[in-house]
Amino acid sequence: MSQKRSTRQIKRFLTFGAIPLSIFLAVLVYPFAQGLFLTFTDWNGFGYTKISGFGNYTKSFQDHTFWVTLGFTLKFVIVSVIAVNAVAFGLALLVTSKLKSSTIFRTFFFIPNLIGGVVLGVIWQFIFNTALGAISRKFSLPFFQDSWLNDTNKAFWALIIVTVWQSSGYMMIIYITGLVSIEQDVLEAATVDGASPLRMLTAIKIPLMAQAFTISLFLTMRAGFMAYDVNLALTGGGPFRTTELISMHIFQEAFAFGHFGTGQAQAVLMFVMVALAALIQVAVSKRLEVE
Amino acid sequence: MKLATKRRSSGKKVIFGVGLFLSLSYVAPFLLVLINSIKPKLDIVANPLSWPVTVTWENFQEALRKMNFFRSLVNSIIITFFSVSVLIIFSSMLAYYLARTKNRFTKTTFLILVASMIVPFQALMIPFISIFAQFVSINNRIALIFFYQGFGVALSTFLYHGFISKIPTEIDEAASMDGANDFTIFWRIVFPMLRPVTATVAIVNALWIWNDFLLPRLVLKQDSQTLPLSTYLFYGQYSTQYGQVMAGLLLAVVPIIIFYLVLQKQFISGISTGAVK
Repeated sequence: MSQKRSTRQIKRFLTFGAIPLSIFLAVLVYPFAQGLFLTFTDWNGFGYTKISGFGNYTKSFQDHTFWVTLGFTLKFVIVSVIAVNAVAFGLALLVTSKLKSSTIFRTFFFIPNLIGGVVLGVIWQFIFNTALGAISRKFSLPFFQDSWLNDTNKAFWALIIVTVWQSSGYMMIIYITGLVSIEQDVLEAATVDGASPLRMLTAIKIPLMAQAFTISLFLTMRAGFMAYDVNLALTGGGPFRTTELISMHIFQEAFAFGHFGTGQAQAVLMFVMVALAALIQVAVSKRLEVE
Repeated sequence: MKLATKRRSSGKKVIFGVGLFLSLSYVAPFLLVLINSIKPKLDIVANPLSWPVTVTWENFQEALRKMNFFRSLVNSIIITFFSVSVLIIFSSMLAYYLARTKNRFTKTTFLILVASMIVPFQALMIPFISIFAQFVSINNRIALIFFYQGFGVALSTFLYHGFISKIPTEIDEAASMDGANDFTIFWRIVFPMLRPVTATVAIVNALWIWNDFLLPRLVLKQDSQTLPLSTYLFYGQYSTQYGQVMAGLLLAVVPIIIFYLVLQKQFISGISTGAVK
């Protein structure tokens, strides 16, 4: 009997699980494990001759541009998470406020999200380099005279603007789902009790849709650490590699300069940062959700 | 009472005004691309904000040719379509197996799949390329579709798993009494019930694969480029030909927007269920 059951289980595994799991192992698990291993060797992209301990990691930390990238990436993640979620939540409130035109508004807010970061980055490069310059000449506004993309600090805000524009529509959908899931009875009861709109928002709506915040914060944070397309197409890392987010830095390190060992070490560090940030964020949000 | 309704209606007007202003600013960049795509270069340089005075279609002809638009479009469609279809087949079957067979192996496998979603592609991109270099050189489109299976299977399986767990096992058991084997039970009885998740899985993955840039950039060769890739390379080469660039950008944007407007409802519900899971 039990042997018959176990042959059936093996048959099930072979029918349903074997192919996708082998692909998963080959494409994701194996390169990940190998990548981790190779950071401790003197790998040059083709082979390695000896185990070199933490050499690739110490070399990364001695590299000044890597520290610039780390600082820039952290700043980008923090600011973009706050800005995207604040805007997205605002849009969700706007779209759920029982306007006739809310479906059309929702469509407009969502459209940038359909388009890949590279195309969006190119569009905005034209805006910052050409269109805004023309406006400032016409109305003699000094603010946009020189392209924002030529100045590290302003280029940072350009990246934030494009990121907010791109992803707020997606996060808006998540917040709408949260807002709509709140039961009408609760809201009506609060209105009868004379709660002000602001109090309704902070005391009832936000606590009842805490899960939407957890998800949205997680997704924006992950996207912030992984951002590459907009970075590449908008600033290209310039001026002078000062606006390189970590993803682009790794790409350059390995494929432009051929430093495969340090590039991969930085990639592993990136993974550790994403994993730690995600674990902390989810743990904190879960605790807040319960309260 | 009258005052209250009046106040509410004026409040609505303010909200409407804010909404209108914001929606316009969200589409403004696309409008800018649109008006400049039909202007000659000199007019764009003179004033990118002006309405087109002389209309030219040359920008589109040049962009269509230089970015190999139709070839890239077909590549994008082929790669997205096959990647998503195979993902649906594989991940729904895997999820069925993991949800219906309860043992230590399936539980661990499921946990590993969920945990793997946190791994950024960049963390394994460098060894990945050297491991698969030979495979890529044989047929890079098929290689790319294969890679998307590996990178997409975790999320898709996760989405299916949640849904399958809610389907009562009595349904499978009844069919199995009638002598149907597991494979038939799944495809004849269970899979048709998964339609709502299948829509979610299809949309979430199609958006990702259609717009993906980094992996195709590393894998695809010149004649198998997808739309984002050829747009980017075209821009790199002709960035000072403003009118042609604008036409190219518009061409790159239009297919997905049409697709979205046709399937808007499915998109919105797909994304909200896909994310909240």
